[in-house]
Amino acid sequence: MAIQVEHDLHRRRRSRNVGLGLVLVGLIAVVFGLTVVKVQQLGATQSFDHVVRPELLPGEEAPE
Amino acid sequence: MTDISILDREREAQFGDYFALLKPRVMTLVVFTALVGMLVAPVALHPFVGFCAILFIAVGGGAAGALNMWWDADIDAVMRRTSRRPVPSGRVTGDEALAVGLALSGFSVVMLGLATNWAAAALLAFTIFFYAVVYSMWLKRTTPQNIVIGGAAGAFPPMIGWVAATGSVSLESVLMFALIFLWTPPHFWALALFMRSDYDDAGVPMLTVTHGRRATRRHILAYTAILALFAVWLGVTAIGGPVYLVAAVALNAWFLKGAWQIARRDEAMAEADNYLVEKKVFKFSLLYLFLHFGALLADAALRALGVI
Repeated sequence: MAIQVEHDLHRRRRSRNVGLGLVLVGLIAVVFGLTVVKVQQLGATQSFDHVVRPELLPGEEAPE
Repeated sequence: MTDISILDREREAQFGDYFALLKPRVMTLVVFTALVGMLVAPVALHPFVGFCAILFIAVGGGAAGALNMWWDADIDAVMRRTSRRPVPSGRVTGDEALAVGLALSGFSVVMLGLATNWAAAALLAFTIFFYAVVYSMWLKRTTPQNIVIGGAAGAFPPMIGWVAATGSVSLESVLMFALIFLWTPPHFWALALFMRSDYDDAGVPMLTVTHGRRATRRHILAYTAILALFAVWLGVTAIGGPVYLVAAVALNAWFLKGAWQIARRDEAMAEADNYLVEKKVFKFSLLYLFLHFGALLADAALRALGVI
């Protein structure tokens, strides 16, 4: 029996495969979008990075 | 030689068949009511988070539908209305429906919890459990009150939408729940009155069969009367407004009139005009629910615009 590159089965299942592919792409978009929104809702985030950032110091310790 | 004959099924399941497992028409109602529940809530969600929440609620509802189709394939095959669903028609196997249902249930609950809060996720999980296990497995085949209790599953979406936005259950969300919960029995019993033979053949104990059609007519009127009280009550809460109050009074008066007519008729009168009144009330009941939630949305929009 000759092995065909595209069996009839592949053709008949194309709609399932394309559909599932689109669902997965959509899932990536949703998770990425949620991530962006959730991170933005944290507000500005920063921390010390080798140099002193005066805005991160508690009020009483802030330099004059 | 490998045996691939099992893959050469006559009717290959297409993507649409798997989508049909999720009961897309029920899903439209779930999406609409959950959306209203979320939008009328006093806390505004980020639009994209809100979109995702509605999406996951819809997927959760669809998962419950797939589990129902897996469990009920035997009775779906008998009833004309449902015999062409994917499982009874043989396009999708029962095991596949079960797998799709379980996978999407877990996925939707976890994603809703991550997107909004875990109270909403727990409520969604309970809704799926209630529909698939309490309604489909325990009640549907054993009690004529199946419709009444099963209606609770369909009534949860606006409450989930509300909880997704606010993080807690409150009176307004309970009344939105009550609106759908009390609407379901008259809606389905009106259907059962004119779709006579289907449920009998499948052996599902509908009220029309167990207690007779006379009792069903009286039940429709009783539930509609209680429904009207709760529907108008919702109008005087924080989420009600002038549009809702006017709509609720008019719609409930009309619905009560239809229920009263159904209760007054007997089978001979119904046979004579081919269940005209029952069919009209059934069609109106769909509009009834849609317009109530539409009116809530309208009042929310007016509040947002500062008109009221």
